[in-house]
Amino acid sequence: MNGTRAVVLGAGIIGAACARELALAGLEVTLLDRGGAGAATTSHGEGNVLVSDKGPGPELRLAQLSRRLWPEVLAAIAERSPAGARCVEAAEWDPKGGIVVATTEAGAHGLAEFAATQRAADVRADTLTTDALRAAEPCITHAHTAAVHYPEDAQVQPAGAAAALLTDALAAGARLRTGEEVLAGVVTRGGRLTGVRTPGGVVEADLFVNAAGPWSGALGARLGAPVAVEPRRGDVLVTTPLPPTVFHKVYDADYVGAVGSSEEELQTSAVVESTRAGSVLIGSSRRRVGFDDLLRPEVLSAVAAKALRLFPSLAGVPVMRAYGGFRPYVPDHLPVVGADPRLAGLWHASGHEGAGIGLSVGTGRLLRDLVLGEPTEIDAHPFRVDRPAVLTPPPESRQQNRKQGRKQNREQRRKLEMEQDQDQDQEGA
Amino acid sequence: MTPRHVGVVGAGPAGLAAAHAALAAGARVTLIDAAEQPGGQYHRMLPEAYAAERPGRLQHGWQEFERRRRQVLTHRRCSWLPETSVWALERHEGNPEPAAPGGPADPTGRPPRVHLLCGGPADGSGRGRRTLDVDALVLATGAHDRVLPFPGWQLPGVFTAGAAQALAKGERVAVGERAVVAGSGPFLLPVAASLLEAGSTVLEVLEANTAGTVARGWGSRPWELAAQLGKTPELADCTAAMARHRVPYRLGCTVVEARGEGRVEEVVTARLRPDWSVVGGSERTVPVDALCISHGFSPQLELPVAAGCALHGDRGRPGLGSGTGTGTGEFVLVDDEQRTSVPGVFAAGEVTGIAGEPAARAEGAVAGWSAAGGDRSARALRVLRRSRDQGRAFARRLARAHPIGAGWPGWLRADTVVCRCEETDFGALCAAFGSEAEASPRVAKLGTRAGLGPCQARICGPTVLELRDRLGARPDAGPIPGRRDGPGGGNRARGEDRAGDGPREQSAEGLPAATPHRRPIAQPLRLGELAASPEPWGTAPSGTAPDATPGTPEIATPDITVPDATTPGTAERTDPTDPSEESTS
Ligand SMILES: Cc1cc2nc3c(=O)[nH]c(=O)nc-3n(C[C@H](O)[C@H](O)[C@H](O)COP(=O)(O)OP(=O)(O)OC[C@H]3O[C@@H](n4cnc5c(N)ncnc54)[C@H](O)[C@@H]3O)c2cc1C
Ligand SMILES: Cc1cc2nc3c(=O)[nH]c(=O)nc-3n(C[C@H](O)[C@H](O)[C@H](O)COP(=O)(O)OP(=O)(O)OC[C@H]3O[C@@H](n4cnc5c(N)ncnc54)[C@H](O)[C@@H]3O)c2cc1C
Repeated sequence: MNGTRAVVLGAGIIGAACARELALAGLEVTLLDRGGAGAATTSHGEGNVLVSDKGPGPELRLAQLSRRLWPEVLAAIAERSPAGARCVEAAEWDPKGGIVVATTEAGAHGLAEFAATQRAADVRADTLTTDALRAAEPCITHAHTAAVHYPEDAQVQPAGAAAALLTDALAAGARLRTGEEVLAGVVTRGGRLTGVRTPGGVVEADLFVNAAGPWSGALGARLGAPVAVEPRRGDVLVTTPLPPTVFHKVYDADYVGAVGSSEEELQTSAVVESTRAGSVLIGSSRRRVGFDDLLRPEVLSAVAAKALRLFPSLAGVPVMRAYGGFRPYVPDHLPVVGADPRLAGLWHASGHEGAGIGLSVGTGRLLRDLVLGEPTEIDAHPFRVDRPAVLTPPPESRQQNRKQGRKQNREQRRKLEMEQDQDQDQEGA
Repeated sequence: MTPRHVGVVGAGPAGLAAAHAALAAGARVTLIDAAEQPGGQYHRMLPEAYAAERPGRLQHGWQEFERRRRQVLTHRRCSWLPETSVWALERHEGNPEPAAPGGPADPTGRPPRVHLLCGGPADGSGRGRRTLDVDALVLATGAHDRVLPFPGWQLPGVFTAGAAQALAKGERVAVGERAVVAGSGPFLLPVAASLLEAGSTVLEVLEANTAGTVARGWGSRPWELAAQLGKTPELADCTAAMARHRVPYRLGCTVVEARGEGRVEEVVTARLRPDWSVVGGSERTVPVDALCISHGFSPQLELPVAAGCALHGDRGRPGLGSGTGTGTGEFVLVDDEQRTSVPGVFAAGEVTGIAGEPAARAEGAVAGWSAAGGDRSARALRVLRRSRDQGRAFARRLARAHPIGAGWPGWLRADTVVCRCEETDFGALCAAFGSEAEASPRVAKLGTRAGLGPCQARICGPTVLELRDRLGARPDAGPIPGRRDGPGGGNRARGEDRAGDGPREQSAEGLPAATPHRRPIAQPLRLGELAASPEPWGTAPSGTAPDATPGTPEIATPDITVPDATTPGTAERTDPTDPSEESTS
């Protein structure tokens, strides 16, 4: 594939992971992003690398592949360049393990069943006695009913991890162009995508990877191949630095339900974890509200209440920050990785919802193998573009798209008005 | 008819004047401050326990302040909420961030809902969560010290001028025996004076700008300095105190390093060029046990940003605004009546520009009067506006006479701490901003941790931003002001479709632009406080009635009280011979 030109559209963690694999495979890779690298969803979420929240199935297999790759990939990056080594340091890889705690009888029952199915799929899931739980997490609530330890769960600092992958891609010869928004595609009469248009001109290549996160749906539409990827909002709380209080990734058994749910209204479940600097991160909510960034104190309040159910003793800890982002959501909760059957030359790597950090390295590997036509390490078929959930947008999302279209029109008008104002300013000056 | 309900956040000079004017205009007022007592930065009051023999000794305009304070706090249409923090502002549904001032108005016209923590200091616990809905909101949250980094600035014994002043004025504690005061701006003088008053020896006061810069800045209208500061007896007092104690005031000099084992023991001073680069060989070592630093003020913008208010200014970029240094930084954009770009939200005081206490008071009064729906043709308003305009002219000159020179990063070494909370050094920032993969502000912030600590970039935010602009790896790292909520369509790069423009990065849809002022949680709150569900603040606060009851003292008509409330308590203010009065008419 030497000499094949690939353009990755979007320089979030997914784009970075794909660019890295393609560049290492010898392709001539360019990353385009309208913003800064890693500045969007990738730096507005958390960095859980989990197998524990996934039931048997394709997503778990992708998670297991990724979990296996992470330490190898980070070691290789640190090896390749001093800049890479510095970024790997900032990525704060920590295989600390996760503990899922149930606080109701029904929850305990569900958790036990879920863990049994996971074990059958080669996930390590150790049931904890009360004493073992207390030893592992001394501050945990007394009101728990069951707990399972997942030693394979890990954590990264997401923006650092993305920067590490990207630094390595650049070291392998990829080029990064930020501040360039992809506006449209250039399609030959034969129906092949041969270029994308940005304000700076046309960027040509042999293949293009749509890795635009929650904007992949919109970008796909611009290129003539829409995919049903939508935003699902999440908010995270950050406390002031504490002495060690939370030792694993601890979350409530409800989390599994919330991840798999498609409800539009607010879902919260607590995931509590410490960062290297001592702050505790508390996530997170799931709401499908389009790209609405308005602060909702009641959402933060609900997240806080859930966390206190697990760790009542955190009640006095100051929260100093809240942030949030938009998970790239597909109605069947599976990522989209593969060639677009409708438009030759276009590939997708998107729709990772709340797991894109963890799944990034596996996704990059999978995409590389598909592009090279090599056998894949896991079955890629479930992630194909050509599946109903991806190609038929659900009715409510069509409505939302229309609404968004209207909003875009409004914005366009507003922009025009402002430009006119500028003209007037200039005349006046 | 029920009176309009005006919420005022901040009870400093601006907020207190706003409350006063809004009451005079007939509104019901809820006045909120995180502190126990009103007064803000300027009238930082002794804690009541200290209310010693003559608490006014260190305070100018005390009587005037006392009178206004009493009038406001005891007014039956006023609810005073001390030790109450506004931790969030919640915009209403369908109230998108306005694109630019004068942009499409918010259809509901309602100011955002105010989220309060009541009944404890800013770092308190067990406070009650309340919500407050008002007809109009005045944001008067003031400013805090801006301090530039230099080697050793994190040592114990190095104080911000504001902290030193607060200790001297509020607690009557001297920060040390042998102190140097350094930085830029006229506020160095009152700081030196209060240190002297508290018993310290002030070895010297160092103004970083050269005599030439300062003289050019005040330029043709040096009287404005006197008009704004000197009419209070304050400046004269400060100068007199400095003369009495033979404290030298040196221009074009600063402290470029503090040294010591565990705390500051000596400082290195140096002469500076107009751009604040160090004149080689001019370094001197001075033994001290305290150093007070102020490089001006950063406005407290989290609430205006949370409300969606447009900002203006140049974010302190080097080389803009003035020839030798950085400009004035960002402030809330307001119109003639102190309206922000968000309907129902007004701003006053140092959030709109740094111009000292008299200007803050004048702005506050205009804001309060407008927020209350006061008569726009009132004679008093004209007087107030004029005094406010003088304040603004003064702010511009102040910024020009005391800019931040572009050469300050030359003071830094690789191991100089830039973010004190997280101990991020200059070297780490250079490495991140020099790398394509990490240069985006959020990525660099998460990677270097600068700004992630307890102060949430209040101290280092502007510094880091400026360093990023200087160090940016990208070839196009030139000045590209591209704030979505910036005022200026006018100075934005064309081809605005380029959403994320390198260093001046614009955010993706839905995600906020990276700005050091964005703190959705404006004041820290405890997890337990957050988890509790809030109660709405009572419609009529206890002890007050929604309507005037005969017999209670009423604040006099605005024509008398309000202008009075905005001028330093002396009669000279309408002196027709005063050139500053002439100059604006
Ligand atoms: C609150 C929250 C918590 C989360 N927690 C976790 C977690 O614990 N573990 C985990 O694994 N995942 C988590 N996630 C999910 C994870 O953050 C995402 O799945 C992941 O970041 C997606 O990466 P991406 O590269 O696909 O998208 P992004 O990072 O959004 O990158 C897409 C890029 O495409 C660019 N782009 C878009 N449109 C265009 C265009 N037209 N032209 C050019 N460029 C364009 C954008 O600027 C952007 O940089 C969380 C997410 C949220 C919101
Ligand atoms: C060291 C120093 C010396 C000075 N010397 C002089 C001088 O000699 N002459 C002069 O004219 N001026 C001087 N000033 C400037 C003067 O103090 C200011 O101009 C004036 O105080 C500004 O008034 P303000 O009302 O805008 O803000 P502030 O006085 O800062 O008041 C803001 C208030 O808002 C409150 N607040 C902020 N955020 C919140 C929140 N989220 N919730 C609740 N409450 C909140 C704060 O507690 C504070 O009380 C000096 C300032 C300093 C720091």
